[in-house]
Amino acid sequence: MLQITDLHATVADKPILKGLSLTINAGEIHAIMGPNGAGKSTLAYTLGGRPGYAVTGGTAELDGQDLLALEPHERAAAGLFLGFQYPVEIPGVSFVQFLRESLNSQRRSRGQEPLSGGEFLKLAREKAGLLKLDMDMLTRPVNVGFSGGEKKRAEMVQMGILDPKFAVLDETDSGLDIDALRICGEGINAIMRKPDKAVLLITHYQRLLDYVKPDFVHVLAGGRIVRTGGPELALQLEEEGYEAVAA
Amino acid sequence: MSAVLPLPTRKDEDFRYSDLAALAGVWPVAREEIHVAAGGSASLSLLPDGGDTVARHLVITLDDGAQFDLRALNAGHAFGRIAVDVRLGRAARFTLGAAQLGHAGETLELVTEVTHAEPDAVSRQVVRSVLGGRATGTYLGRVAVARGAVGSDADQSVRAMLLDRTATANARPELEIYADDVKCAHGCAVGELDPAGLFYLQSRGLPPPLAKRLMLQAFVAEAFVGAADEDALSAAALQALEALL
Ligand SMILES: Nc1ncnc2c1ncn2[C@@H]1O[C@H](COP(=O)(O)OP(=O)(O)OP(=O)(O)O)[C@@H](O)[C@H]1O
Ligand SMILES: [Mg+2]
Repeated sequence: MLQITDLHATVADKPILKGLSLTINAGEIHAIMGPNGAGKSTLAYTLGGRPGYAVTGGTAELDGQDLLALEPHERAAAGLFLGFQYPVEIPGVSFVQFLRESLNSQRRSRGQEPLSGGEFLKLAREKAGLLKLDMDMLTRPVNVGFSGGEKKRAEMVQMGILDPKFAVLDETDSGLDIDALRICGEGINAIMRKPDKAVLLITHYQRLLDYVKPDFVHVLAGGRIVRTGGPELALQLEEEGYEAVAA
Repeated sequence: MSAVLPLPTRKDEDFRYSDLAALAGVWPVAREEIHVAAGGSASLSLLPDGGDTVARHLVITLDDGAQFDLRALNAGHAFGRIAVDVRLGRAARFTLGAAQLGHAGETLELVTEVTHAEPDAVSRQVVRSVLGGRATGTYLGRVAVARGAVGSDADQSVRAMLLDRTATANARPELEIYADDVKCAHGCAVGELDPAGLFYLQSRGLPPPLAKRLMLQAFVAEAFVGAADEDALSAAALQALEALL
């Protein structure tokens, strides 16, 4: 599904990713852990095509398609979803308005019929229900006045509506209370744990992985994957810390 | 009896950024008098009429307790000038919401002079400009609070969004206060579309022109909130915005 080979990327001319390689197959869930500043968000943004994140070497393919050659909106249409560590507030633009246009733009580019207003609202209501987010919140301006946890839940509602084939979720668990953590974890499973989908979870803690069981856990440090293991690696990291495990 | 008014020059503060060659074609600009009697209320929306050169000069007098709501979409003109003089009586209320949208070499200007002549009047001005290409958008707004006009409450919120480095926004809110116990606020900002917001929308699958359109629509809508014909203004603004993308 996702094949990253020897990826190098800079932020503000500073090399951050330094030869990162990672293969994720359909049906798999991978977790990336790593110290602050290791380059985890940089990896997410580079895959998403955020301006300012310059690829200086290597490749990233989604189902054989060269992701790095696409514009951000084309990457979304190709099936990529980015769950933001810090979801952005956009005054005056409502969730339902922008998500309907986003979904329909994606659908059009895939040769599918756009959803009508009624069809879209039904879909949005269903996904909001799945994440136990009050539907009224989706009529409000994007993320404005949302609490940290509400923003993360709204990210998952968006993922449910857009139904990507591959999602990079950057610290979706941070800011969530205990119940919200379970709801989001179950939401991720319901939306993404399918034979034709895959997920890359970026996280600092085991707690999310209790709900969304990873097939592989990687340690990202110094801009590359320095260690890969099974679910037990996350537990070991929590016990012993990065210095002991990834040195 | 009325002598012909000479064409202003750049030395005239109110015409500092004007397109004097274009202005010459429509000079002198007729004064359009509007009078709202005590306790009355009225509103007016200025929408683009397709004219290449448009200059208006409204002179509004609000008697005690009168209200006037003025909305303007200054777009689609090579030269568009809206000058508004307002005199507020006791506890009168004046609202202005204006958007100026230009994408080529337009010169768009809004020049207001709001006088709180008596106590307890309220004025609210919201001006949003979106400028691309070599367009120039200007807001010159003077608020004068006369001696004795205690309890005056004036607010000017002026923001411009530059889509290109070659566009120009001039914003100059000015206060002249000769009374005590007044509340006057003005905010003024020139910026660009938030790149983080744009990327967020694009990452969900919105092509850049649609993402920009949504953000600009929201920005411009701030000038038209609460207008009697908000829908007509928004639709006209959206049409003008399409030319900017
Ligand atoms: N705009 C920028 N200019 C300069 N350096 C930047 C910029 N953005 C990020 N960096 C740097 O890039 C490095 C990697 O940042 P990144 O956000 O990818 O880390 P992270 O692994 O996600 O960390 P965290 O766990 O704290 O979220 C950091 O050293 C950071 O300071
Ligand atoms: Mg991060």
